[in-house]
Amino acid sequence: MSNYQYPRYPYRTPRELGVGAPARHPVIIVGAGPVGLAGAIDLAQQGIASVVVDDNDTVSVGSRAICWAKRTLEIFDRLGVGERMIAKGVTWKVGRVYHRDRELYHFDLLPEGGHKMPAFINLQQYYVEQYLIERAAAFPHLIDLRWKNRACQVENSATGVTLGIETPEGSYRLETEWLIAADGARSTIRTLLGHPFEGSTFEEKFLIVDVRLDAQYPSERRFWFQPQFDSSQSVLIHRQPDDVFRIDFQLGWDADAEAERRTERALERVRRVVGPEVHCEFEWCSVYTFRCARMPHFVDRRVIFAGDAAHVVSPFGARGGNGGIQDIDNLCWKLASVLRNEAPAALLESYDSERGHGADENILNSSRTTAFMTPKTSAEREIRDGVLALAATFPFARALVNPGRLSRPCSLAGRPGFAADDGGIVGAMLPGTACADAPVQDARGASGWLLHYLGSHPVAMVFVDGPADAAQIEREASECGIGGLRVVLIAPDARGARASVLGDCEGLVRARYGGARGVTYLIRPDQHVLARWPQWQPQALRAAWQTCLGSHLS
Amino acid sequence: MRALQLTDGFGGRGDQFYECLITTHQGLSDGESRALNARLVLLLANHIGDLEVISQACTAARASLAAVAVQQP
Repeated sequence: MSNYQYPRYPYRTPRELGVGAPARHPVIIVGAGPVGLAGAIDLAQQGIASVVVDDNDTVSVGSRAICWAKRTLEIFDRLGVGERMIAKGVTWKVGRVYHRDRELYHFDLLPEGGHKMPAFINLQQYYVEQYLIERAAAFPHLIDLRWKNRACQVENSATGVTLGIETPEGSYRLETEWLIAADGARSTIRTLLGHPFEGSTFEEKFLIVDVRLDAQYPSERRFWFQPQFDSSQSVLIHRQPDDVFRIDFQLGWDADAEAERRTERALERVRRVVGPEVHCEFEWCSVYTFRCARMPHFVDRRVIFAGDAAHVVSPFGARGGNGGIQDIDNLCWKLASVLRNEAPAALLESYDSERGHGADENILNSSRTTAFMTPKTSAEREIRDGVLALAATFPFARALVNPGRLSRPCSLAGRPGFAADDGGIVGAMLPGTACADAPVQDARGASGWLLHYLGSHPVAMVFVDGPADAAQIEREASECGIGGLRVVLIAPDARGARASVLGDCEGLVRARYGGARGVTYLIRPDQHVLARWPQWQPQALRAAWQTCLGSHLS
Repeated sequence: MRALQLTDGFGGRGDQFYECLITTHQGLSDGESRALNARLVLLLANHIGDLEVISQACTAARASLAAVAVQQP
């Protein structure tokens, strides 16, 4: 049926099975989806071991999350799988929006040059998981991936967590300092701990279908409001790798889910979209109702919730999977700092506040899209249809047409722990912003990307005129008392300079960061600007870093 | 003569405007919603004040209705 060969990962007898006292681990992750796997890899890259338990033994069945945004790809790249994802993924650029049979507008996402990663790619969740699992295998001593291990019992306390696990051979228990619950929208851990998961359900049903079409079928992403060829309220089609197309049908609240998910019925709808002459093969389909909900807090003593376990949104805008990966990006360096005793456990409260803010932003955007796509009263419908009618002629109304606002990096500007900006530096890289990428050259003249050099460390990035200042800045930075601080110096040309100097070969680092001589950025390990100064002043770095680690402290 | 602005006038905050408009209608009957829209038109027209601009908006709205009517006989 499907071309994709679902891998089966072997169950192995856990060494703790049948042994009296449970072993204690630094981190257990429940759920080997994209979020849990990314978390294990991120921690492993920082030297932290984890056990990952999953009740299944394969990847996501069906394509599920397919749209991966630039920031997520940059995080995947930091985790060592970004290039593989973009090599396989479909990078689409042209999108068209229709009302009935009339094209309202089209857009061409010609990306701004000078970034390693594209605006986004389409890649089935099963590939994303497979690549992450294969990447995790690069850390055999740090990632212990346990298939067919189902978390079924949890005891949480201020000092650790005990987890009860069922396997095909019987039950056992594990103890851990910290537990990351990445076990999805129906999180077992959340349910067992009795946490509320409140929000609103939208009275709408969607049929999502994956089909394989002729390779020549157009790659454009197309969205119809009230299509004339089908009874659905809206239809979206976009391309994934392997000539697989995802088609979403907005069925209406009264649709019969059982009848609609029958293969023949789904294929009839697909043929109405693509035309009877196009050869199509069924891959997978599902009918779903979506909701927006979040936990009030993502951290409960020693249990940390991430991804869909902590928050869910409607799929329009691709904010589910992308939001979950941003959770991991935000969490893992903090958890690693706490486990290394470099930061108090209360640092994790900033995970709750920052990613709570991210979840709220995603829920707000996705609720607005839903309000546009699913008018609830005739007044709402008249306004919505008015926008669609005007959009055919008037540019202003196109900005109001809302078939989903695609995931953008969440800005943490103004959040506690980030420096205020005094406006002394040109450019948009305010404290709280995810760092923009740019092409650079190293001392040997090899081409690379800025984000690669930022890595997963705290970084002091300083603009210098030439390599002459490098040694002194390196020494002063190493004495400023920030553990693991990496120094990145940006010069017009790095050839022959010290290894810490990067050449701004196209001038884009300077342009994007307002990089006059002396301009200094302190950057968190998740590549967010923490503070910036117009001049190099090493004594300011430590204070800003302390504020970051201790931002929870009143 | 001032021309009716037809490009984005919300400075990128169109979604916020749309949400505000929908929220204002929440809980109203269809009749009340029509009455609300009439009052909104009057308030916004008074704020604009420029009769030439308002008249262009009236023409554009009317023309859009006609275009939709042609499309949906």
